[in-house]
Amino acid sequence: MIQRFSLWKTIVVVVSLILGTLYGLPNGFPDDPAVQITSNRSTEVLGELDVIRAEDALKDAGITPIARDFEGAQALIRFDSVETQIKAKSVIQAALGSDFIVALNLAPTTPEWLQSIGASPMKLGLDLRGGVHFLMEVDLEAAVSQRLDAYGSEIKQMLRQERIRFRSVDVKPGGEIEIRFLNEETRAQGVERIRSEYSGVFAYREEDRDGAAFINLLLAEGEQTNIEDYAVSQNLTTLRNRVNELGVSEPLVQRQGRNRIVVELPGVQDTATAKRVLGATANLEFRLEALPDTPVRETQQFKFRANERVAQLERDIITTGNSVSDARSSFDENGMPQVNINLDASGGRRMADVTKTSVGRRMAVIFIESRTRNEVDRQTGEVTQIRYKEQGIISLATIQAVLGNQFRITGLDNSREASELALLLRAGALAAPIYFVEERTIGPSLGAENIERGLNSVIIGFVLVMGFMIVFYRVFGVIANVALAVNLVLLIAIMSLFQAVLTLPGIAGIVLTVGMAVDANVLIFSRIREERTRGLADPQAIRVGFERAFVTILDSNITTLLVAIILAGIGSGPVKGFAITLAIGICTSLFTATLVTRLLVEGLFGHRHLPKWAL
Amino acid sequence: MRMATPSINFMAGRQIAGLISIVAVVASIALLAMNGLSFGLDFTGGSLVELEFAEAPALESVREILVNSGFPDAVVQAFGAPTDVVIRLAQDNAPKAGDDVIAALQAAGFEVDLLRSEFVGSAVGEELREQGGLGLLLALGIVMLYVAFRFQFKFSVGAVIALIHDVLIVLGIFALFGLDFDLTVLAAVLAVIGYSLNDSIVVSDRVRENFRIMRTNDPLKVMNDSINQTLSRTLATSMTTLLVLLALLFLGGELIHNFALALTIGVAVGTYSSIYVVTATLLLMNISRDDLLVPEKEQEIDDRP
Repeated sequence: MIQRFSLWKTIVVVVSLILGTLYGLPNGFPDDPAVQITSNRSTEVLGELDVIRAEDALKDAGITPIARDFEGAQALIRFDSVETQIKAKSVIQAALGSDFIVALNLAPTTPEWLQSIGASPMKLGLDLRGGVHFLMEVDLEAAVSQRLDAYGSEIKQMLRQERIRFRSVDVKPGGEIEIRFLNEETRAQGVERIRSEYSGVFAYREEDRDGAAFINLLLAEGEQTNIEDYAVSQNLTTLRNRVNELGVSEPLVQRQGRNRIVVELPGVQDTATAKRVLGATANLEFRLEALPDTPVRETQQFKFRANERVAQLERDIITTGNSVSDARSSFDENGMPQVNINLDASGGRRMADVTKTSVGRRMAVIFIESRTRNEVDRQTGEVTQIRYKEQGIISLATIQAVLGNQFRITGLDNSREASELALLLRAGALAAPIYFVEERTIGPSLGAENIERGLNSVIIGFVLVMGFMIVFYRVFGVIANVALAVNLVLLIAIMSLFQAVLTLPGIAGIVLTVGMAVDANVLIFSRIREERTRGLADPQAIRVGFERAFVTILDSNITTLLVAIILAGIGSGPVKGFAITLAIGICTSLFTATLVTRLLVEGLFGHRHLPKWAL
Repeated sequence: MRMATPSINFMAGRQIAGLISIVAVVASIALLAMNGLSFGLDFTGGSLVELEFAEAPALESVREILVNSGFPDAVVQAFGAPTDVVIRLAQDNAPKAGDDVIAALQAAGFEVDLLRSEFVGSAVGEELREQGGLGLLLALGIVMLYVAFRFQFKFSVGAVIALIHDVLIVLGIFALFGLDFDLTVLAAVLAVIGYSLNDSIVVSDRVRENFRIMRTNDPLKVMNDSINQTLSRTLATSMTTLLVLLALLFLGGELIHNFALALTIGVAVGTYSSIYVVTATLLLMNISRDDLLVPEKEQEIDDRP
């Protein structure tokens, strides 16, 4: 019986081999370390002159770039090593100033014809490339209570404007707003007004006691989740802005689960600054100083940041840092750091409205920051994280004239604080405080070392397995080795194509795949041997061997695949990388063992006598 | 290398093998109960800083500096090379403890380079622990279902007992030597489940086939023949896998050393368990041809058009 491998299977193998080679090829062209320059402001575009300025600065510092691409609004300057790249970044940043974002980047060296078909090298994980991984938790409780506070202020303002008389608006700790009206009539008016303004936001509970008409506003069903979702997505946006301000290329900012956010910054060296800027919950509040006759319930006492003095401020907030549209740090006439602030339209309007009637009064700028401290229980030794808000007045100045949407604030400690505050105000405030719950930093030298070790393990493992297969299965061993090589190429091509992230455990997954992938071939060859000793003619032994082994191969691989999928599901970061590589490796080895090996075996021995020594 | 199908009477030694397995498993459980696993940072929470010193420091003086800088619980260890030092801090330190450690050492005049620094909050550690345990159970459960569905209930019991056997022994060895058990090791344990299962299924597959085609209904003979027929494959695959694992173990670096170690132990134990544990369990449950009477149709699966 003459075995003919069907045409379409041959085509499948050949096509996948060509595609695999094409899409795996970019990995042979390692990226160049580069520095990327873009403009910081939308109004200003990076020009040829700026790039020349940067290059001159590099020349002065004795750094020679290997190439420079200037395209559209960004420039990419390539260097021969990571060390020069890092040095160059600070040189360029110093030369160009804060109007430009100077970021570490990796410039692809993949030839254009490969790029044009969408081929690119695998992405390296942080453990191979160096960088920081942060996991942050969004304080959702605070998000909800902040929103309730804001609602409270807004409602008060609204009732006043509508001239609906009320005694008080209080936000209760339990998450409800209690409004005290004089009588049922005004309450009915108030409720109607609130209902039309905030449709679907609240559930209402009326109560009459102490000779007054109360209404309690509770968040309606689903509204709490809305607030929480909004807080998380707002924080995502803010963090993305901040990451951009930091100048990081290819950052990852992603929601994870209900209340967590993952931030990965490849190549970042200065983790302390990254952490400070990302995690900063700093925000500003502008409030009027209370007048002596303001009722006590309408005022709140604040400390100054600089000293122990206190001031009584109004509870109502004029506006917050959220309304800031632009902020730049500079120095005032006396050389003290200051921040020039532009408010957006609504913030500017509110500021103008309030200051119009308050010229001569004093306005406070309050700096607010959420922090954590650890508290150890003396008895159990258990550690709990206490979250608290640190707020202090940074300036309390007399309003000289009606303020519009442009003004400046002073009273900052130093210029670093001023520039970071400006950055934070520009990037937007966090809608809710965030806390670091996990942080992993890998230095660039360890990353490079990990790549080298990983590569060595793959190569040595590969050579050992190939040697073993040739000794054990001779000609068929060679065939298995060809299949194994194809397997490796396909695995790399698929990972590159889907832009899977390669991590150190991921490399371990490749190594393990190399070891385990031959299993399918081993099963087939053992079976063919057996069938031959059982007396079957060679072509038949080959056919039966492949067929019988196939069921076993399928069963054993599906179970491993199931385990890999579970692993990918529960794991994160590097472990996920391992699981994904393992899973892809199982699929490619199924493919190569059943198609590639078979094509080779039947092509060589399908209709020819199989010499004794061949297997 | 040529090997005729051997005819070793494996099942004659099954009592001894069974005894060895039981002793090993009981010892592992005892070790796990007494020593426990020394969970790594991933599971306990805390901080870790790995630094490269310009020249090998005296660990004692590094510790002293840290104690004086407000880290009374700092643990200082060499990591691989003498210039490579890992400093561990317990969990009641803030996320920026790592930066403070570097600052303190630099202030004391050491020339250090940050290799890596990690901080895991205690809540995250707890979650990872729970997820890990859940993953293990889920993997075992799904495997049992799949084998029960594709083979037969008794086979799935055999496979799962073999898996539990392998996992316990790997964990037992980690408990015995107090090796760091972190996320990568957990991944390795799950991969051991996958590998060991692979082996068990190949043997089970042959047992099933032989029950159908052999004239005899003597389970002992079926088991022996099945093991012998698959022996060359079992050994070849274990060899290739162990070869690459050894490459990882010796060349992969400290970060995946324990990962490679767990897998190496697992593959070795898994090879043994697929030979003895699976078959012995099947025998204990009185597996017979009747269990496999309904012929399944997978033999008709043909990948030819």
